[in-house]
Amino acid sequence: MAKQRGRGVAAVNYPTGMNLGGDPTQALVHSTPTGNFIVSLSSVDLGQGIKSVVAQICAETLGVPTERVIVDTADSDTGPHCMGTFASRGTHRAGNAVIAAAKEARAVMLEVAADMLEVDSRDLRTDGAGNIHIVGVPSKSVSVTDVALAAHFQQGRSISGRGMFFIPRSYPSPTDGAMKPSTCYAHACTIAEVEVDTETGEVAVLSLKSVYEVGRALNPKMVEQQLVGGTWMGVSHALYETTEPYYPARDHACRDFNEYLMLGIGDLPKTEIRVIERPAPDGPFGAKGLGEMCANAPIPAVANAIFDAVGVRVDSLPISPEKILRALLAKESSAAGIIG
Amino acid sequence: MEISKSYFADERHGDFKEIGQSRQRSDTAGHVRGITPFYADRRFPGLLHLRMVRSPHHHARILRIDTTAAERHPGVKRVITAKDVPHNVYTVLSLINIGPEDEPVLAFDKVRWLGEPVAAVVADSERSAHEAAASVRVDYEELPAVFDVEDALKPGAPLVNEYHGQNYYRYDSGASRKVRLGDVEAGFQKADHILEERYDSSPIEHAPTETTGCIAVPDQNNRLTCYTGTQAIFFTLDNASIILDVPGQRLHFVGGTAGGGFGGKVDCTVEPITLLAAMLTGRPVAFIYNRYEEMQISSARAAERIYIKDGLTKDGRIVARRVRCYVDSGAYSRHSPYGAQKAAAHFPGPYTIPNVEIDCYCVYTNRTPSSAMRGFGVTIADFALEVQMDKLARLVAMDPLEFRFINAYRDGDMKAHRQLTEGAALIECMQEASAWANWPVDSRYLKMSSRERKG
Amino acid sequence: MTKVPVQMTVNGEERAEFVDSGMTLLKFLRDKIGDLTAKAGCLQGTCGTCTVLIDGEPRLACITLVEDCRGGTIETVAGLAADAELHPLQQALLDHFAAQCGFCTPGMLMAAKALLDSNPHPDRAEVEDALSGNICRCTGYEPIIRAVLSVSTSNARRDTAERGAV
Repeated sequence: MAKQRGRGVAAVNYPTGMNLGGDPTQALVHSTPTGNFIVSLSSVDLGQGIKSVVAQICAETLGVPTERVIVDTADSDTGPHCMGTFASRGTHRAGNAVIAAAKEARAVMLEVAADMLEVDSRDLRTDGAGNIHIVGVPSKSVSVTDVALAAHFQQGRSISGRGMFFIPRSYPSPTDGAMKPSTCYAHACTIAEVEVDTETGEVAVLSLKSVYEVGRALNPKMVEQQLVGGTWMGVSHALYETTEPYYPARDHACRDFNEYLMLGIGDLPKTEIRVIERPAPDGPFGAKGLGEMCANAPIPAVANAIFDAVGVRVDSLPISPEKILRALLAKESSAAGIIG
Repeated sequence: MEISKSYFADERHGDFKEIGQSRQRSDTAGHVRGITPFYADRRFPGLLHLRMVRSPHHHARILRIDTTAAERHPGVKRVITAKDVPHNVYTVLSLINIGPEDEPVLAFDKVRWLGEPVAAVVADSERSAHEAAASVRVDYEELPAVFDVEDALKPGAPLVNEYHGQNYYRYDSGASRKVRLGDVEAGFQKADHILEERYDSSPIEHAPTETTGCIAVPDQNNRLTCYTGTQAIFFTLDNASIILDVPGQRLHFVGGTAGGGFGGKVDCTVEPITLLAAMLTGRPVAFIYNRYEEMQISSARAAERIYIKDGLTKDGRIVARRVRCYVDSGAYSRHSPYGAQKAAAHFPGPYTIPNVEIDCYCVYTNRTPSSAMRGFGVTIADFALEVQMDKLARLVAMDPLEFRFINAYRDGDMKAHRQLTEGAALIECMQEASAWANWPVDSRYLKMSSRERKG
Repeated sequence: MTKVPVQMTVNGEERAEFVDSGMTLLKFLRDKIGDLTAKAGCLQGTCGTCTVLIDGEPRLACITLVEDCRGGTIETVAGLAADAELHPLQQALLDHFAAQCGFCTPGMLMAAKALLDSNPHPDRAEVEDALSGNICRCTGYEPIIRAVLSVSTSNARRDTAERGAV
C-alpha cells in the first residue's frame, strides 16, 4: 500500500543497416548554373530528417554552406535507387553514397576553378562559405557561383558526381551461423528510475539517463530529436503498447487509439541524454545509425527498475498494472506460506 | 544534450564546417505551415475510393465469393478478386531471392488470418465503397486456428501456411537460423550456477499518426503514378511491377514525407492493388487505411518468446548461453525470416561468451502477419537479454552494472557469429552512465577500455 | 444526397458552399475549400490531428458536422502565419526542433493556440493538459511542450514589460 522507488540499468548495442541483397543506396549530385547543388536520392524521409542531414553531409564534402544544397528525393523518376529508409540505414548508406558523389562533383568544381585561377587544382581550398581560393593566398579566389557559371557557359563542364554504397551480402553458414550482419554498431546504456504503486500496479517512470554512442553526431539537435523520441517510445512499449493484450489469444484486440495505450503527455519521465562518439570507419564522417536503438535500452531498464522497487519480475511485455499486481499477490501469498 | 568529447578523442579527427552543427532542418518550416505534402494531400478529379473486403475468420476455406450485389451497387465501378490480379502471389523479399512466395494479394482458396484481404471494391464515393463492400458475400468453411508459437510447431497443429508446408520458415540451417560457438553443454558443466528463464512479448503497433495508404493515378504516356507513404520507393515499385505484370518503366512512385514510418510502411500491401484498380478503371484511386486497419490489418512487431539458459561462474562470468527464440510471423512471411535471422545475429548480446548456441525460429500462426518495426529482431531480444543480465548479477550477489563490465565485449573478441568485435563502446557508455547517474562501480571498472581486454 | 447550404468564416474569409448533409468539417476543409492543413489521422476523434478552432475553442473537425458550424469562425494552420511572418508558436516549434514527420504538427499548433489565446502565460501542467488530446509518435512530446512554454515565457515577459511601461 505504498509507492516504492527503484532503479534499473540496461546496456545494449545495435547494428546499422541490413545484411540483405547488398543493402545498396545510390546518389547523384549536380550543380545548378549558379552554384547550388542538387542531391538526387530516392530515400524516403519519415521525419527522421534524412533530407536535412544528407544536405549537411554533401555540403561538408563539397566545401560549401549547407543552405546551398537542395535534396530532391522520394521520386522514382528522378532519384537513383535506394533500398529504403529502415534498419537505421538511411544516414549511413545515403550519406556514404552522397559523399562519393559529392567528391566527384567537387573534383570537377576544383578543376574548373583551377582553370579560372590558372593553377593546379591541388593548390585550391574551399573556405566553406561559398568561395574557392589558392592555398596560402586567400585574396586569389573565385566564388562557387562564378565557378558554376564558368562551367556551364564557358568551359562546358558538368560539375556532377555519382556515388553508391554497397556491401557484399553475407550468407550465414548453415552449420554454425558464421555471418557478417553489419559493419558498425552503436551502443547505449540507460538507467531508469521508477515509482511503483503497489495498490494499483501502476508504474511512473520518473527519470531516464541514457548514454548513447553514435559514431558521430552529424547534427546534434537532430540526434537529440531521435534519442528523445525513441526513449519515449521505448517506455511506452515497456508499460503500455500492444495490439493483443491477451496474446496469444486474439481476444479484445485493440481497434483504435481508445484501446491502444501509449505513454501520455502528462506522464513523461525526465529524460536526459548524453552522447559519446567513436567514429565508425565506414560511416559518413563516422556516423552510425541510431534511429532504432534509442527505443530499446529503456525497456529492460524500466523492467529492472520495477524489480528493484517492488521485488517482482514481469518477464512479459507490456508490463501492465495487472501483471504487476498479480506478481505482487503471488509474492505475498508465497511469503505468507513460508511464514505461516 | 551533452556530447562527452573525452572518450575516443584520438579516434575523432576532423575539423568540420557543417558536420557537428545543429543546422535547422529543411522541412520544419513546411511542417509548421501545414504545407508538407503527405500522400493524401493531393486532389484528383474523378477520384475513386477502394475499400477492402476482409476475412472475418482466423482460418477458413473460401467456398464461394459472390460479388454480384456489390457490382450492382450504385457508384461502384469495379470489384476486384483474385482472378483479376495478374500475379496474385507476392513475397516482399522475392526481389532479393528470398522465397518461397507465400502470400496472395487477394485470397482465393483460403484465408489465414482475421482481416486478410479477399476482394477490393472500387467506387466513386467512400460511402458507396463501404456499403458495397458490406454486400459482398463470401461463404467460408471455418478451420481450426493456432495462435501460440509453440503450439504451432507441435505435430498435429493446424497447418497455417501451405506455401511452406509446415508452420515455420525453413532456413538452409533447418527449422531455425542456427548459431553455434564452442560447446554449451561443456560450458554448463563448468558453471557454478545455471539460470533458465523465459521471456514473452505481444505484438506492438507502429501506430503512426498518418495511416498507410496511397493514391494511384493514370498519368501521361500510358504510365501510372502512385503517391504513397511507403518507406521504400523502389522496393514497392518493383514488387508492384511483378504483381501487376507491368514493366517497371510504366510505374512512377512518388513519396513525400511519410507521416511516421517506424518500419510499418515497408510491406508494399496497398500499392499493388490500388494500381490495379487504377489500371482497370482508368481513374485515379485512393486506398487509405482507416485507424482500425492501421491497428489490426497493417503488420505489427512480431511477438516473441525467448528462452535463455545461462551457465555462470561464481566470479560473474557467463561461460555458456543457449537461446531459443520463437518469432511469431503471423500467417505469412513478409520480412520475418530476415527478422529472425537478425535476432540470431544479435544474440547473445554485446557480451563475450565462449560457448553459445542460438536457434531462432520464424513461426506461422493465424494472426495478422507481423513485419519490420523499429528495432526489428533486436528490441524484444534486448528486453530478454538485459533482464537476464540483471537476474544473473543478483544470483552471484553482484552489482548489475559491475556484472556487465565483466562480461562486456571488447575490440578483438570473437562474437558468436564468428566476427571479431570492432568499434566497441559498451564499456564507455556504462562508465559515463555510472558517473552521471551516480551509480558507483569499483574503480577497476572505470579503468577498463573497449579497446583492450584487461581484467 | 440532400445538399444543404453552409456559411461560415474560415481564416478570416467568408465561405458559402452547398454540401452533402452530414459532411464533417474536416472533409469540408480538405475537399471543399482545399485547406489540407488539418489532417485525417483516425476519423474518430481520438488522435487530434484534425484539431481546428471554432469560435476560439479547439475542436475535432473529423467528428464535427459542418452544418453545426454555420455562422462560426473557423481557424486552421493555413491562417496562422500573418503572411510571410510565422506566428510565434510556429516559430517556437521551428526553433525548438519540435517537429519530425510533421503530421501531428497542425493539430498541436491549433490546440496550443487555443490555450495561449485564452491563457497567455500557462504553466507546464496547463500546456500538457491542452495538448493531451494530440498524439505524437515521433518527438516524445518534450520538445513541443518546451516550444509552447517558450511562447508562454515571452508572453509573460512582454506583459511584465508593458505593465512596467505603464
